[in-house]
Amino acid sequence: MATDDLTRLTAADLAAALRSGEVSSVEATQAHLDRIAAVEPAVHAFLHIASEEALATARDIDARRAAGEDLHPLAGVPIAVKDVVVTRGLPTTAGSKILEGWIPPYDATLVTRLRAAGLPILGKTNMDEFAMGSSTEHSAYGNTHNPWDLDRIPGGSGGGSAAAVAAYEAPLAIGTDTGGSIRQPAAVTGTVGVKPTYGGVSRYGLIALASSLDQAGPVTRTVLDSALLHEVIGGHDRHDSTSLDEPLPALVDAARRGATGDLSGVRVGVVRELNGEGYQPGVRARFEESLDLLRGAGAEIVEVSCPHFDYALAAYYLILPSEASSNLAKFDGMRFGLRVEPADGPVTAERVMGATRGAGFGDEVKRRIILGTYALSAGYYDAYYGSAQKVRTLIQRDFAAAFGAADVLVSPTAPTTAFKLGEKLDDPLAMYLNDVATIPANLAGVPGMSLPSGLSDDGLPVGFQILAPARADDRLYRVGAALESMLQRRWGGPLLAKAPELPIAQPTIDGGAR
Amino acid sequence: MSTISREEVARLAALARIDLTDLELTRLAGELDVIVESVARVSEIATADVPATSHPLPLTNVFREDVPEEPLPVADALAAAPAAEGGRFSVPQILEED
Amino acid sequence: MTTQPTTLVDYDDAIARFDPVIGIEVHVELGTASKMFCTAPTVFGAEPNTQVSPVSLGLPGALPVLNRAAVESAIKIGLALNCQIAEVCRFARKNYFYPDVPKNFQTSQYDEPIAYEGYLDVELLDGTMVRIEIERAHMEEDAGKNTHVGGATGRIHGAEYSLVDYNRAGIPLVEIVTKPITGVGERAPEVARAYVQALREIFRALDVSEARMERGNVRADVNVSLRPTPESPLGTRTETKNVNSFRSIERAVRYEISRQAAVLDAGERVVQETRHWHEDTGVTTSGRIKSDAEDYRYFPEPDLVPVAPSREWVERIRASLPESPSLRRRRLQQDWGYADAEMRDVVNAGAVELIEATVAAGAAPAAARKWWMGELARTAKTDGVDLASLPVTPEQIGQLQVLVDSGRINDKLARQVLAGVLAGEGTPEEVVSARGLGVVSDEGELIAAVDAALAAQPDIAAKVRGGNLGPVGSIIGAVMKSTRGQADAGRVREIVLERIAQS
Repeated sequence: MATDDLTRLTAADLAAALRSGEVSSVEATQAHLDRIAAVEPAVHAFLHIASEEALATARDIDARRAAGEDLHPLAGVPIAVKDVVVTRGLPTTAGSKILEGWIPPYDATLVTRLRAAGLPILGKTNMDEFAMGSSTEHSAYGNTHNPWDLDRIPGGSGGGSAAAVAAYEAPLAIGTDTGGSIRQPAAVTGTVGVKPTYGGVSRYGLIALASSLDQAGPVTRTVLDSALLHEVIGGHDRHDSTSLDEPLPALVDAARRGATGDLSGVRVGVVRELNGEGYQPGVRARFEESLDLLRGAGAEIVEVSCPHFDYALAAYYLILPSEASSNLAKFDGMRFGLRVEPADGPVTAERVMGATRGAGFGDEVKRRIILGTYALSAGYYDAYYGSAQKVRTLIQRDFAAAFGAADVLVSPTAPTTAFKLGEKLDDPLAMYLNDVATIPANLAGVPGMSLPSGLSDDGLPVGFQILAPARADDRLYRVGAALESMLQRRWGGPLLAKAPELPIAQPTIDGGAR
Repeated sequence: MSTISREEVARLAALARIDLTDLELTRLAGELDVIVESVARVSEIATADVPATSHPLPLTNVFREDVPEEPLPVADALAAAPAAEGGRFSVPQILEED
Repeated sequence: MTTQPTTLVDYDDAIARFDPVIGIEVHVELGTASKMFCTAPTVFGAEPNTQVSPVSLGLPGALPVLNRAAVESAIKIGLALNCQIAEVCRFARKNYFYPDVPKNFQTSQYDEPIAYEGYLDVELLDGTMVRIEIERAHMEEDAGKNTHVGGATGRIHGAEYSLVDYNRAGIPLVEIVTKPITGVGERAPEVARAYVQALREIFRALDVSEARMERGNVRADVNVSLRPTPESPLGTRTETKNVNSFRSIERAVRYEISRQAAVLDAGERVVQETRHWHEDTGVTTSGRIKSDAEDYRYFPEPDLVPVAPSREWVERIRASLPESPSLRRRRLQQDWGYADAEMRDVVNAGAVELIEATVAAGAAPAAARKWWMGELARTAKTDGVDLASLPVTPEQIGQLQVLVDSGRINDKLARQVLAGVLAGEGTPEEVVSARGLGVVSDEGELIAAVDAALAAQPDIAAKVRGGNLGPVGSIIGAVMKSTRGQADAGRVREIVLERIAQS
C-alpha cells in the first residue's frame, strides 16, 4: 500500500490492516511522520514531533504482534496528543511560554492507557494557551492553519489536533473540551470530535483550565474511530475524584449499530435557542438537511426549549476564569517552567512570581485570570461566581426537561464556518460567541459530538452537534454514525475528500521538511 | 453595574501576582469593563431559591485508602526546577512571612 | 510594623483593669501513612523532597483524591470534642501565593467544616473545670518548609534566598477553632495552656496523631483581646502564630495581655494583626497587618467531591471511640484510691498508662504509684528521659511487686532487682536467681543468725526483757547484715522476740 494511502485510512481500517499483517506499525507510523514533515510548514498543527519515540513504540508493537501476542485492537495505530496533556519524557507546554521546555515526570492517565494499548504517540499538538481560545491564535508558538483554507483558523482551543487529523498527519488525536475546544475545531475542519460525559475520561494529567468543565475526548475523521478511541481512554480512574465509577456504555457497538442507518423510535430534539439569529445561512441550511436525513431514517424530530441557555455564555465566562485563576496560580517560576526576574528592584519571591507571570502569560490568559480574580474576590463572589453557579443549576434543569422529551438534542456546532486568522483577535466577546452552542454541555456535564454535515456557501465545513444525557454517550455514537453514513452516501465519500490538497514541502537532505 | 477602573485592575493583578505594563492595565480595564457588563446578567435569573451547582455530576464520598505508594524520585521532582540546592527547590528571598 | 509602645503593664495590674478574651486555633497533623490528597508517604525526617508525588508538588495536571483515614480521624476528633458532624461538607480553595504552598492555594474547608458546635471540658491544675466552646474543626493540608539561607540572622528578613522542601506539603491537618473564651479573667493564660494540653491528650488517646509538640505535630495560634469590662463589646484582637509549646502558649497569652494593656493605657488602639512569638526573648512582635488586601477568594474545590459521612459511619466511629482522657482519669483515680494531688502528679508525669499496666500485672495501685513516682522517676530524671522510655516495662514492675508481696524478696532487694532489670539482666525473676537475691527463708539459718547476734550483744536481751523494745532494731540490723540483706526484716523481728522470750 502506498504511503499516501496509509495516511488516508480511517483508524479502524488501519487497525485492520495492521492486524492482518498487511502493513506494519513502523510503516504506518513512518507514513504519518512523512506526512507531518510534508505538510507541517503549511499547517503547523504540532508543537513537538516525537519521531523516535513513536517509531520505538511501533517497532515494539510489530515485534509483539510477530510473537503472537494478543494486542489491543488499536495497537500500532499512531496518535497525536494535545499539548495540554502531560506526557512523561515529552515536552508539554499547553501552548504557553511559561512552560517552555517543561518535560513532565509523569503521564496523564489517558496517556498511560494509550501507551498500554500500544498507540505510538506522534507528537504534541498546538492549542490556544492553556486552552483559552476558539482559534488557536492564542498559542504562544504561532498559529495553526485550517487545512481547508490556510488563511483561516482551525478552531480552538484544540486547533492543532483537529488540523492534524484533517490534514492526514494523524488518524487519531486527543483533544480537551472545556467549552467546545474539541467540537468547535471539529466543526470548522470537517472532522469528528467528542466531548464525553464529565467524568467519563480521567482528567488526571490534563493541565487544568476549568476543573468543573474540562473533559478530554477523541478527535478523528469518523464516528467509529472516535468510539474506538473513546473506549481506550475512557473509564474509571482512581486518580481523579470526579471520574465516574462505572463501566462505559458500549460505544463501538453503538457506532456500528448506528451505521446501519435505522433510527426508528429515536426522538431528536432541536434546541430552539441554539439555532437562528447569529447562525450563518449556510450553517442553518446544512443543519436542516441533516434533520431531514434523520427524519428519513425513522427518527422523530421534536422542538425543545432550553430558555436558560441564553445565560450559558455569561455563566461560563465567570466560572471558567474563576477556576482558571486558581488553577493557573501554580505557574509561578518556583518549581518548574519559566523564571523571570524583575527588571529592577529587589529580587524577592513575590516579585519574581509577578515578573514570571507577567512575561510568561499571553494576553488572553492574563485577561481571564484577572477576570476570574475579580469574580471571586471579596464583595463580588455572590453577584458573579455564586450567580453563575446558580445559572448552572438552571441549565441542568433545562437539559433534564429537554431529555424528557427527546433522546438526543441537536444543533449546529458553531454559528459560523472558520473565520479568517486575525479577524476576531482584538474582540474577545466576538471570539467568545463561537462557543455559544457548545458551552451548555460543559456546564451540565453532558456528552456532545460534532460531526461534519457538509459545506457552507463559502465552501467551508459545517458541524452538526449531538448532545445526550450524562452517561449516555452511546446515543451520540448511534445517531452520529447513522447521520454520517447517510451523509457520506450522499457525498459519495467522506467530506474531507473535498478539501483542497495541501502544499507539500520538499524533503531536505537531513530528511526534515522546510 | 460595573466599572472596572485601571486601579481596580492593578489591585487584581497584584492579587493574581501578574506584573502588567501601563499599556496592559489601560487595555485590560477597557476590555474587562465590556466583558463584566456582559456576564453580569447572570444575576438576573440567579434568584435566592436556586441552589448553586459546583460539580456537573453529583458524586459524593470519593476516597482512597491510606496506603502510601512509591514517591516521585527526588531527581524527577527537581528536574524542572529553575534552581535547586541540596535536594531542595531554591527560590528567591521571601520577604513576607505568612 | 507598628510603633506601638513596647513597655508592658504589670500582669496583675492589666487584669485588674481589663477583661481578657482569648481564642485558640490548633492545627494537628494527622498521623496517616499517606498524605491528605495523594499517596506520597509521610515519613518524618526523610531527606528533602523524597516524600512527594505530582500532587503534593502541585505539578500541572495532578489531581487530589481524599484519604479516607484522614476523614475518619477528623470525625473522631469532632466527636471527641462533642461536635456535630456535618451531613455534607465540601472542600474549598484558599488562594494565596507563597512558595511553600505548591499550588498557590491551600485545599481547606471554608463555610462547610466537617465538625462544628462542640465543647471540651478542661481541668485546670487546681481541679477547676472550664468549658471551652468549639466553633468548628475542619480538614486541610499542610504546607512545605522553607529554609532561609544567607542574611545575617537566618530569619526571614535579610535572607538571600530560600530552599523549599515539600515533604510536609499535603500532610493532613485538622484545624480546631474555639469560640471566644470569656469569663476566665486572670486565668486566661492557664486556660489556654490547659486546653491545648487537653487536646493533645485527646489526639493521643484517639490515636490520630503522635501529637509531638517538638515536631510541630500540634501548633497553636492564640488570639487575645482586651475589653474594659465583661459587659463591653469585644476589643480588637491580635493573632499570635505558631506558639508551639505549652509553656509558650501560657507565656504568649500573658505577654499579649500585658502588652495590649500598655497600648490601651497609652490611649492608642490595638492593631488587628498577626504577631510572631519569640521563644528566646518571650515577646511577640508585629507581623502582617490584616487588611482588606487579604482576599483569599475561597470557592468550592472542583477537583474534590463533597464528603457526606453516613450517620451509620459516624455512629460506628462514635462507638469505637476510647473513653475520654478526663473521664478515664476520674475513673482510674477512684479505682486506685489516689488523693487529688497524687493523681495530678501521676498525670503530669505521664504515668497513667504505666501505672495502669503495672496494676494489671498484679501490683497494688499504691505500690505501682510508689515505684513509678519514686525510684523510677528519680532514675528517669537522672537519665534525662521520659518514664515511658526507661528500659523496664510495667509488666516487669508488676512482677517485681508480686515477688515483694509474696515475701520472696524485701524492699531493699527489690531495688537491687530493679537495678538488674534496668541494666538489661532480664526479668525480675531472672535477676533474682542470677544474682542469688532470694530472701533467707530457712528458719534454722535465721534462728542461728539471731542467736549469734544476741550472743554478741548480751545487754540487749536484758533491756528487751525489761520492757524496752527500742534496741530490737539493732539486733535486726545485725541479722540483716549477716545475711547480706537477704532476710525478711519482719520475720527476723518475730524471731528475735521469740528467742528473747524463750531464753
